[in-house]
Amino acid sequence: MNTKHNSIKLWDFPGGIHPPENKTQSTQLPLGNLPIPPQLIIPLNQHLGTPAKPVVQVGDKVLAGQLIAEADGTFSANVHASSSGKVVAIDQFVLPHPSGLKGQCIQIETDGLHRFIATETCENYLTIEPFNLLAKIRTAGVAGLGGAGFPTAVKLTTKTTQEIDTLIINGAECEPYITADDMLMQTSAEEIVAGTFLISHILHNPQRIIIAVEDNKPKAIAALDKAIKNTEPPAEHAGVELAVIPTKYPSGGAKQLIQILTGRETPSGHHSADIGAVCVNVGTVTAAWRAVRFGEPLISRVTTIVGESLATQQNINVLMGTPIDFVLQHHGFEKTKASRVIIGGSMMGFTLPDLLAPVIKTTNCILAPSKQELPLPPPAQACIRCGLCSEACPASLLPQQLFWYAQAEDIERLEAHNIFDCIECGACSYVCPSKIPLVQYYRAAKGNIRNHKSEKEKADRSRQRFEFRKSRIEKEEAEKENKRLARKKAADEVKLKLAEQKLNTETTLVSNELISASTIPLVETTVTSDPKSNDYQPRHEEQKARLERILAAAKNSLESAQVPLKPKNPEFPITEEQLVRQQSRIKQAQLKLVEAEKKLNEFLESNTQVAEDPILRAEVRPQPKPTQSPEEKLRANIEALQARLIKAIEKAEQAKTENSPSANALQLAVEKIKQKIEETENEFKELINSNKSNSE
Amino acid sequence: MALLNITSPHAHGRLTTGQIMRLVIYATLPGVFTLAYFFGIGVFLNLIIASVSALAFEAMVLKLRIRPVSFYLSDCSALVTAFLLAISLPPYCPWWLIVVGTFCAIVLAKQLYGGMGLNPFNPAMVAYVILLISFPIPMTQWATPHNIDGSHVVSISEALNKIFFGSTIDAYSSATVLDVMKQNSSLALEEFYKKEPLLANGSFASAAWEWVNIAFLAGGLFLLYRKIFTWHAPISMLISLAVMSVIFYDNGSSNSGGSPLFHLLSGATMFGAFFIVTDPVTSAVSKKGRIIYGAAIGILIYVIRVWGKGYPDGVAFAVLFLNFAAPFIDYYTTPRTYGHSKSRIVIAKDKETK
Repeated sequence: MNTKHNSIKLWDFPGGIHPPENKTQSTQLPLGNLPIPPQLIIPLNQHLGTPAKPVVQVGDKVLAGQLIAEADGTFSANVHASSSGKVVAIDQFVLPHPSGLKGQCIQIETDGLHRFIATETCENYLTIEPFNLLAKIRTAGVAGLGGAGFPTAVKLTTKTTQEIDTLIINGAECEPYITADDMLMQTSAEEIVAGTFLISHILHNPQRIIIAVEDNKPKAIAALDKAIKNTEPPAEHAGVELAVIPTKYPSGGAKQLIQILTGRETPSGHHSADIGAVCVNVGTVTAAWRAVRFGEPLISRVTTIVGESLATQQNINVLMGTPIDFVLQHHGFEKTKASRVIIGGSMMGFTLPDLLAPVIKTTNCILAPSKQELPLPPPAQACIRCGLCSEACPASLLPQQLFWYAQAEDIERLEAHNIFDCIECGACSYVCPSKIPLVQYYRAAKGNIRNHKSEKEKADRSRQRFEFRKSRIEKEEAEKENKRLARKKAADEVKLKLAEQKLNTETTLVSNELISASTIPLVETTVTSDPKSNDYQPRHEEQKARLERILAAAKNSLESAQVPLKPKNPEFPITEEQLVRQQSRIKQAQLKLVEAEKKLNEFLESNTQVAEDPILRAEVRPQPKPTQSPEEKLRANIEALQARLIKAIEKAEQAKTENSPSANALQLAVEKIKQKIEETENEFKELINSNKSNSE
Repeated sequence: MALLNITSPHAHGRLTTGQIMRLVIYATLPGVFTLAYFFGIGVFLNLIIASVSALAFEAMVLKLRIRPVSFYLSDCSALVTAFLLAISLPPYCPWWLIVVGTFCAIVLAKQLYGGMGLNPFNPAMVAYVILLISFPIPMTQWATPHNIDGSHVVSISEALNKIFFGSTIDAYSSATVLDVMKQNSSLALEEFYKKEPLLANGSFASAAWEWVNIAFLAGGLFLLYRKIFTWHAPISMLISLAVMSVIFYDNGSSNSGGSPLFHLLSGATMFGAFFIVTDPVTSAVSKKGRIIYGAAIGILIYVIRVWGKGYPDGVAFAVLFLNFAAPFIDYYTTPRTYGHSKSRIVIAKDKETK
């Protein structure tokens, strides 16, 4: 009928090896079952992607097939209770992981009844839109059972740019020891074929549907052949081709299988869907079929239990979350005999560090070999560049070159030699006569490169951030500087105008003084070694004019500060704050005035006292006003203060009569001056007294 | 339970490096026995002296380098080197020649570069060339094959006297057939074949050497059958040598370099093709690279044999030249990886132009 497996054109892939298959041990007994374990440890992450989020709480009663954790985003999968019982913990448990990693798990204490939750069946999926069928598969938490655990619904959701022309159902199972798919094909061939059409329907009926099986599984081939003959393909569907492919490891790798069946290579860094092929494992097909047909979530799988340290070697139907320890005990595991326990086959499996880890969706084999069966590898010898590894590599890499570069951690060359196209099948390590653990080197190198890249990315990002910040600050600084310059320019213009005005008003005064000043050289200029007499005049004149200007400005500002405050709006009285501000302004102006006076005096003094000889002048300078005794000084001070007091009192009274709000402030100033006079007088008295006592 | 985290793959092939080396030694035996048949006991004495001294030098250097001696000796690589050198040396050559040779091979050419797998040049060929240049006279004196008139079967005592005390042996030839061919400049090939005893006594190429070469060919085919190496390098070497001799056959005139069969079955052709050129450590890596490597050696052998001056055979020089070139060949012959449209070298060029 539709089967034409004898006439299918097959291609070959480069390399590959023929390790001992070790498949007969586990196929002697029929598919077995395990009793329900007392405890189930169901990890939230049994798939490739983000862990699911728990939707039950500790203490909740759950039924078999009940959703206990829901997918968190697209790249995630639902998790269901594998049996009925009570949730006793949601905590960190050991996962089946090469590093003995712990992860969030839901622990269920089973009640042994295995009561099932009600499910929704579906008689005819052809009437349902593929989109809704995908939703059913997603709800059932189906993930790739071949080993990677890729969420199936995601895999079957193809982009609009990807036109799928070939659907490949992968029953190659090339890995030594594992017979789970073989057993499934023997027992559930009808379901596999039905599921194949289901997936074909979801993928909009690709032109070719191929079920591929290695030629070392005659029973499975016969069962599938029969099932294909008995199943009438739905309307518009292509017939199923059964491809019997030659046994060669790793023909079961998706990339290699696609190459065998279509001759096409998946471009590096792309998915097989990009070349129009989708490859689904037979176990996944069955799970998807059950999810749609019976609404059955993925809570159990077929797993191969094999190895010489076990009394019974067989395939079993095992509930997800069953501790591996429990599985091994039921198969007569002799711990002393075993060299190690491996999850997966002898080529790609990993050593399990902790037997308490549970069975999960991707656990296709538990291998417990004896020490003779899989002995510890001998110490590695030197590489003799024999090239057997390159002969074996299915990706046409140069494993020995990669080995050198991995040792040297030469990231650039590793990438140039396409280390990331290595599928870690282990063929190179298997054939290596020097027993070099090549795959281990590549794994480490890949990890290093990934770390290096993420670190570089981080560094790049922080550098970018830093540079951005720097440029931003620079920009701000530049803006500030511009503003400052603009302000300065404006201020200079104003100053210039003011100076011009002042110069006009004071010309007469300055010109008078100029005559006297011009005859006297400046202090600075006398010190300079080569004085230019022409410079003295303008400098002196300038300086004096400047000082006088400053003095005048200070007087002006003091006057303006002392003007009594008048409220702009009579309704609003002047606040205290304003008063305080005025006071401080007056004080500042006074200080400035005093300073300006002092400077001008000093300047004039130095000019009047300056002698022709700098030495003479230097002698003169240290004795300022020798005629003025401290008594006279104080007296003068008191007189000045008294004059100021009179003025201040006048002003205060004036303010009072005008009812100005600044009256208080002026009064305060009067008080202060009074106090100062008192202090000075006291000082004066003391001085006189001391003088008297001295003379006596 | 598992203190050692053993990663995949957990299963390993049965073939080990030591086994490969032992298989190579077994494969030389047909050739060794044939040599012994024609040239006598001296062949075995060469082997014994070379093996003992090679193992001694290897052990000594390993000791000096503080390496586990028995672990490294058990890979038999020193023994292979000793065999290859001993077969290349003329039987009944002085003992010190062999000892100096193994010293050069093991200490200079192998261990000083870091030991097994790290030597860029074939140790046996390095030693051979050093000896040939340093001691040309003992290195070019080959015994006369016993099936030629006037030859003489050397007894053990004679052999030992010759090897250890330098006494002379009667009827001891001093030229090989390749030398004879090179000396010829006057006679057409056909006449020359009739006249020259070394050629006249041969069935289809040259006396004794044709059988030695066939024996080494048999050993080589055995290794090929056991997949110790791929066919690429040796077959391409033989083909290129044959092609060269066809091109320059010159209708058998006095200028002829000799027939293809003569070249394929004379001197060290088969021994070189299957036991020297196939040395994985010093050859190119990829299949394409090995074809180029082998072909270049074949051409060079012919060039050195026919137009070279005064050397008995060209295999050692040709191999060493190509050892130099192997990394270069590797660089330009990287295979295309799965899923890539170009091989690496093209990608590297793209990067340069960007």
